[in-house]
Amino acid sequence: MADVATFNADEIEAQVAEGISKIQEASSTAELSKLRTQYAGADSAMTLGSKSIKSLPTDQKKDAGKLMGKLRADFGRAFSTRMEMLAAQEESDELAREAVDMTLPIRRDPIGARHPLAKLLEDVEDFFVSMGWQIAQGPEVEAEWYDFDALNFGPDHPARQMQDTFYIKGNQAKDAAGFVGSNMVMRTHTSPVQARSLLSMGVPLYVACPGRVFRTDELDATHTPVFHQCEAIAVDKNLTMADLKGVLDKLAVAMFGKDARTRLRPSYFPFTEPSAEMDLWFPDKKGGPGWIEWGGCGMVNPNVLKSAGIDSDVYAGFAFGIGMERTLLLRHDINDMHDLVEGDVRFSRQFVMGE
Amino acid sequence: MPMVDIDWLAEHVKLPADLSYEQLAKDLVRVGLEEEMIHTTTIVGPIVVGYVVSAEPEEQKNGKTINWCKVDVGDEYNDRDEDGQPQPRGIVCGAPNMAAGEKVVVTLPGAVLPGDFKIEPRKTYGHISDGMCASERELGLSEEHNGILLLRDYGFTKEQYDALKPGDDVMHLLHLDNPILEINITPDRGYAFSYRGVAREYHNSTGAKFTDPVLELNRELPKPDPAMSDGPKEHRSEVSIEIEDSNPIHDVVGCDRYYARIIRGYDASQSHTPHVIRRRLVRAGMRSLSLPVDVTNYVMMDLGQPLHAYDLDKISMPIVVRRAIQGESLVTLDGKRRELNPEDLLITDSPEGNRASRILGLAGVMGGQYGEVTEDTKNILIESAHFDPITIARSARRHKLPSEASRRFERGVDTMLQPAAAQMAVDMLVHYGQGEASSAFTDVDSTKAPKPIHFKAREVARLAGLTCDLNEISSRLQDIGCRLGGGGNGEFLVAPPTWRPDLTEACDLVEEIARLVGYDKIPVKVPSAPVLGKSGLTPQQLRRRWVADTLAEYGLVETLSYPFVGEEDFKAFSVDAQKIEPVSVELQNPLAGDRPYLRRELLMTLALTAQRNIRRGMHNVSVYELGSVFLWDPKAPAIPALPGGVRPSDDQLKALDAGLPQQPLHVAGILTGDAEHSGWLGENRSVDWTDAVEIVHRISDRIGAHLTLHQPQPADVESSWHPGRMAQVVLPDGSVVGTVGEFHPHVNEALDFPEHTAAFELNLTDLLDAVDSKPVQAKPISTFPPVRQDLAFTVPKTVTADQLTDCIRKSAGSDLESIELFDVYTGDQVEEHEKSLAFSVTFRSAEKTLTSQDSEQIRKHIVDAAKDLGAVLRA
Repeated sequence: MADVATFNADEIEAQVAEGISKIQEASSTAELSKLRTQYAGADSAMTLGSKSIKSLPTDQKKDAGKLMGKLRADFGRAFSTRMEMLAAQEESDELAREAVDMTLPIRRDPIGARHPLAKLLEDVEDFFVSMGWQIAQGPEVEAEWYDFDALNFGPDHPARQMQDTFYIKGNQAKDAAGFVGSNMVMRTHTSPVQARSLLSMGVPLYVACPGRVFRTDELDATHTPVFHQCEAIAVDKNLTMADLKGVLDKLAVAMFGKDARTRLRPSYFPFTEPSAEMDLWFPDKKGGPGWIEWGGCGMVNPNVLKSAGIDSDVYAGFAFGIGMERTLLLRHDINDMHDLVEGDVRFSRQFVMGE
Repeated sequence: MPMVDIDWLAEHVKLPADLSYEQLAKDLVRVGLEEEMIHTTTIVGPIVVGYVVSAEPEEQKNGKTINWCKVDVGDEYNDRDEDGQPQPRGIVCGAPNMAAGEKVVVTLPGAVLPGDFKIEPRKTYGHISDGMCASERELGLSEEHNGILLLRDYGFTKEQYDALKPGDDVMHLLHLDNPILEINITPDRGYAFSYRGVAREYHNSTGAKFTDPVLELNRELPKPDPAMSDGPKEHRSEVSIEIEDSNPIHDVVGCDRYYARIIRGYDASQSHTPHVIRRRLVRAGMRSLSLPVDVTNYVMMDLGQPLHAYDLDKISMPIVVRRAIQGESLVTLDGKRRELNPEDLLITDSPEGNRASRILGLAGVMGGQYGEVTEDTKNILIESAHFDPITIARSARRHKLPSEASRRFERGVDTMLQPAAAQMAVDMLVHYGQGEASSAFTDVDSTKAPKPIHFKAREVARLAGLTCDLNEISSRLQDIGCRLGGGGNGEFLVAPPTWRPDLTEACDLVEEIARLVGYDKIPVKVPSAPVLGKSGLTPQQLRRRWVADTLAEYGLVETLSYPFVGEEDFKAFSVDAQKIEPVSVELQNPLAGDRPYLRRELLMTLALTAQRNIRRGMHNVSVYELGSVFLWDPKAPAIPALPGGVRPSDDQLKALDAGLPQQPLHVAGILTGDAEHSGWLGENRSVDWTDAVEIVHRISDRIGAHLTLHQPQPADVESSWHPGRMAQVVLPDGSVVGTVGEFHPHVNEALDFPEHTAAFELNLTDLLDAVDSKPVQAKPISTFPPVRQDLAFTVPKTVTADQLTDCIRKSAGSDLESIELFDVYTGDQVEEHEKSLAFSVTFRSAEKTLTSQDSEQIRKHIVDAAKDLGAVLRA
């Protein structure tokens, strides 16, 4: 160690050279930091040397100062070069240690899903909304007047027996056919929303009514007592069966692709006249494309318009209803109604992707 | 629904010789007679003509005599002798009418008869019987089983019979291999419940020549005797008919026509239903019984007019058609005693001068046991009547007696058909049986001609969108039997035919024209809906979707459960049935007797879905549902019965809705099992109340509902819920819109749910109505730096986090940006009745950088305010 009071240039230079050489051999940033303390710290030859300059004669001070500046710069350069290299090395080693198997299964949250039937109802709503129609809803426990009478099913209409209706218990006596009722039913179709919309919104009217309906069928592979329909009704001046066919074809394409289309067969419904069964040309039918029954339709019966106080000589309109379960069964090749109604989570999860 | 036999249909309309059932179905569906299905035969051959070469009677030990027969069944099916030469087959036959020289029907080994009756060679009475000589019943042709079918008796001409050779195929000869078409008839087309009607529709579809059988029958009718006539619509004979109606329904008389004919000198022993009639009836699904019954059924199927045959000698005149009297009862033909209702219409007679005292039958529905034609009947009375459709429909429904007759009457029978139908029955009875038709007849007729329809031809274009000229319109209408008047200015007066009571309005005629022209001829166009206001989904409809999507994104699976609940469900949810039943909607005719009510909450039915999943071995089941619940108000006013076709008054419309139960849309979820799975990442975390609460907050945030929770005292918590882990979900105005928490352990136990199963249920209708759907008014964003203060308070355990948070929010001033609770502590560091709640509160001013003095000021405000709750700032 040099005397504090003396400035020994050779000694200092030798120390710095030794330090630089050790820096170049250092293998870690920690070792490097130690070397910096050793060769450039408070007790190092370099620091002490700098401090001792003030004890030199004035004429030597300048050269000594220069020398020390150079030595400090040399040391500093060597240090930072090595530091950079080692830091980069250490970082890359660290990252290498942090490497993982990215293909490990990660699933912290359980998978959720919408029910495909609920999604289908939304799809159908979107179809009508895209045509500028409105979406209407109505109660599921309905007054018989809306479910039947307003739709031209008189109290003794054979069609009123055709549908197997859930009647609601009440206290009020019902005169027809001698049974006691409440004049309330679980709605047997979404058609009462037709009557409600005509009464509450008036004409012109372009409305679709998707919803739940109820009939006393036992659950089996093709029936369920609780199911879904979408009813559509348009009443305006200048609407004919041609408009009905146009909307049906568009809906078929929206649901089943560009090759889908519909055809009408004469039929009977109390609330439409003329009435028709609607068949769907289903391009993806199992065993080859073919016609499948899809729903009922027709021109709104004048008595229905009269029930809503609308002049049937001026206004005319069409209405149709399709079964949502049937649409879904067809579209997704589902063979058993049980899958739709039981709420097994495995069933709905299939539809998470793609639908 | 009716069967259509090509062979029978051809009696009234010209059919192509090669018409298949598939083609027939297509032709009929085009005009609206829908195919139900084509029934194909289940009979398998070989079934052939056999010639009985010899029949040796052999007496058996059991007293029976059997015939050991040699039957020639043709070279192809005959036995071979040692030289390979064909020999007649040996067949054992017990039938009394078996005799050598007969041509019979032989079912050979390999054949299968109705009822999966397989024919095989079998050892019997000491012989190998190598086939079977069949009776009509065995072949499914009729009920006849007194002997085997002798082809000699089967209605062939002598030439046809002589031409039958052993080994000829009998399947085709006897129509055994014939399919049959079952069609569906819509309620407006009663006339199509007959071959006459179906033939007319086949004509409408194809243009094939149709001959109305009624025209010829009407020509045969006995001429009225002026001495016995009371005006053009009444005619008397010894059959005396009186119609009285003390209780007409909707002012319509129960019987508006009664027509009667008589056959004398009938001899049942000399009367047999010919095979062709029997075959047709059996193929149509009827039983062949006796000639009079077969004839009435045949006429009903052929023309659509139900008939009834009585033993004239058992009837005491007058016959009175009247309503039942309360307390009367009748044993119907099926042997059941039926208590009669004053709306039931009866046919009665008058024994020993007691007028209308004996009930013969329930008019148009089913006969009684007295007065029927038997084997001893000598004189037959044929009843051919017309009854009110509604009367018959109600009686058939009331007594659960849908019969072939009631099915036709309730859809409406042709009001001019009665004489022709009676004539046809008389003709057949005289032709196939012994007896003589009397030309005397009784007719009591008050039927009215159908009301003419004022018809503007342009309605066809206005409703159907079809362009048809006046000629086409008038010829189409005439073709279905309408008579037309006028037409000059494009307006007709149209009189519908008597068999079309469904044609009452102009739109009915438009349908007739459109279906006959063809619905496929109607053009196609797409209407454009006018935009009259805000279009698209309503804010409520949109938010409903957001809620559904939010839950699926959170990891729950949407399901749709049936709304039916019952005692078992009440019990599982620890709900007092006596309390919930009076406020639940109850079904009159539930599918399952044990679930007669409609749910008041979704959780009750959603639980069954969760349970089903768990029982199927699924873990971590988390499901949700959006659906209606039904709240019965025992004090709700009764709903009025109102007629259709008239707009109810506004008050009436209000009354319809006022009586309906409230049916809000709810959303509910059940979470079970793991919130986070265990695995290589670490241990699982089980679901608990926190997950359900988070869901409620997410829904609230998604739709901007600002929901808060209010935790009731444990004693006030409903029995389904964990008393310490349940909160009400509250709207900013303080009204409760739902519940969240964990189920009571009893509920979990009853439903096989894991412990800490969490759930929530919200009234979406109320929730969405409360949400402001007006466009959000945006606030400016401050760019000044935030200041954060951490505040830890010691509070009594009774103070909720929500109370303290609320207190901080109110005292923090307008610069408050957020409050976050980051620690909850109970334990050694605080008193036993206390807990520590630590908040991180962030402030930011819109105008300046907050100084430390500012922040100290706010802190002091908060701490002072919190003292009111007994909160002390921890050091």
